[in-house]
Amino acid sequence: MYINQHLCDVCGTCVSVCPVDAIEVFETQVVIDNDVCISCGKCAQVCPARAIGDAL
Amino acid sequence: MIRKFYDVVVIGAGPAGSVAARYAAMGGASVLMLERDREPGIPVRCAEGVSVNGIEPYIDIDESWVAARINHAKLVGPSGNSAFLRNNGAGLVLERRIFDVRLCELAIAQGVRLLTKANATGLIKKNGVVSGVEFTHDGVETSVACNIVIGADGVESRVGRWAGMDTALALKDLDTCVQYTLDGIDVNPEYCEFQFGNEISPGGYVWIFPKSNHSANVGIGIAGDKAKDKGPKQYLDTFVAKRFPEASATYTVYGGVPTSYMKDEYVQDNVILAGDAARQVNPITGGGIVQGMIGGQLAGETAAEAVKAGKFNRRFLMSYKRKWDKRLGDNQKVMFRLKERFLGMTDGKFENLVNFIKTIPEDKFSMSYLFKEAVKEDPKLMMDVAKSFIVSKLKK
Repeated sequence: MYINQHLCDVCGTCVSVCPVDAIEVFETQVVIDNDVCISCGKCAQVCPARAIGDAL
Repeated sequence: MIRKFYDVVVIGAGPAGSVAARYAAMGGASVLMLERDREPGIPVRCAEGVSVNGIEPYIDIDESWVAARINHAKLVGPSGNSAFLRNNGAGLVLERRIFDVRLCELAIAQGVRLLTKANATGLIKKNGVVSGVEFTHDGVETSVACNIVIGADGVESRVGRWAGMDTALALKDLDTCVQYTLDGIDVNPEYCEFQFGNEISPGGYVWIFPKSNHSANVGIGIAGDKAKDKGPKQYLDTFVAKRFPEASATYTVYGGVPTSYMKDEYVQDNVILAGDAARQVNPITGGGIVQGMIGGQLAGETAAEAVKAGKFNRRFLMSYKRKWDKRLGDNQKVMFRLKERFLGMTDGKFENLVNFIKTIPEDKFSMSYLFKEAVKEDPKLMMDVAKSFIVSKLKK
């Protein structure tokens, strides 16, 4: 999964549903580790800013 | 200078974290609190509504952080039919950006050390035992040693994951939310408004919490499992275009609210969670400020007792969970069961609920009255609640 950094509000909602712990939040940026990600799409579904998709 | 060791490190300086830090320090522990942002309280990811009774034990009410004093709640059903809950006690709409700083000041006055722009990145483990926290401060990597970590890091609950807890939420137990602070609108600052209905807000509600007679926090939360095709912003924009077509948004914020409950595993050796991180939220209303402060107090007190006793294992720290269950946790599990029922409610049932509330005499209104009457209307509800009570008792 990929994050559109222009849309992301760094709210951490995606992190709370990730089943494999693939998402990290830094002070100003959320990052998905695609080596860990299983593309389940939960993060994209709950993202209130609709900033996450399965392609850049 | 930050010391190399503190008895307790609290991660997150929201209401849960700052109250936890304060009570730990009051109990004699040395406490460091880390806040990721440049200032506690911002960005405000909150509708800012609280009850006076709920926050009074933790802070003296001060007008500098009170935006509006609320007397009633107005519930609006899917057809626009509405009912007032008038005897619901005094409420407040806060200015969280001031409120959160005041809470931190109360912690600092008890000896807590606060670091802002301090982003926790992991736990330090020695022979499998958590013995400190890694973090960046102003972008520079550093660390601190401690005996207890209190994770009050909000919905994302990273601290719990680092400690090996499963804090991942099911989609149905996470409300995805958007909120505008709208100005240039006509609102009555006497009451908060809640709009229900599957068309307006599936598995959640739209809230209008006034901040003055011309501004309000207008937001929406929808259950995560119902957000597949349309996100919360689309629902909220539809609502706002109809209700407040001329409004200006002075603030826009996104966020998630856990609608689960606190579990035993949120307590481990050397690590406990509090607030949203521990899912200490009312699963029906999504309210978490007071719940988080109560959880924070219990977490802080337990941490201080652990420091005094020199015992940091899960066995000792579980007294925190027991105190929480007694105070709010048992009730929270019942609320969680009720939430599951609300999620399946049709618009017709919401209308019935609004009509039913209208029949309650103003002087009679209380949650227990509402519950008694609701059970008369729907006996199956009683069974559900009884079952969840029994299950929660059996687990002990």
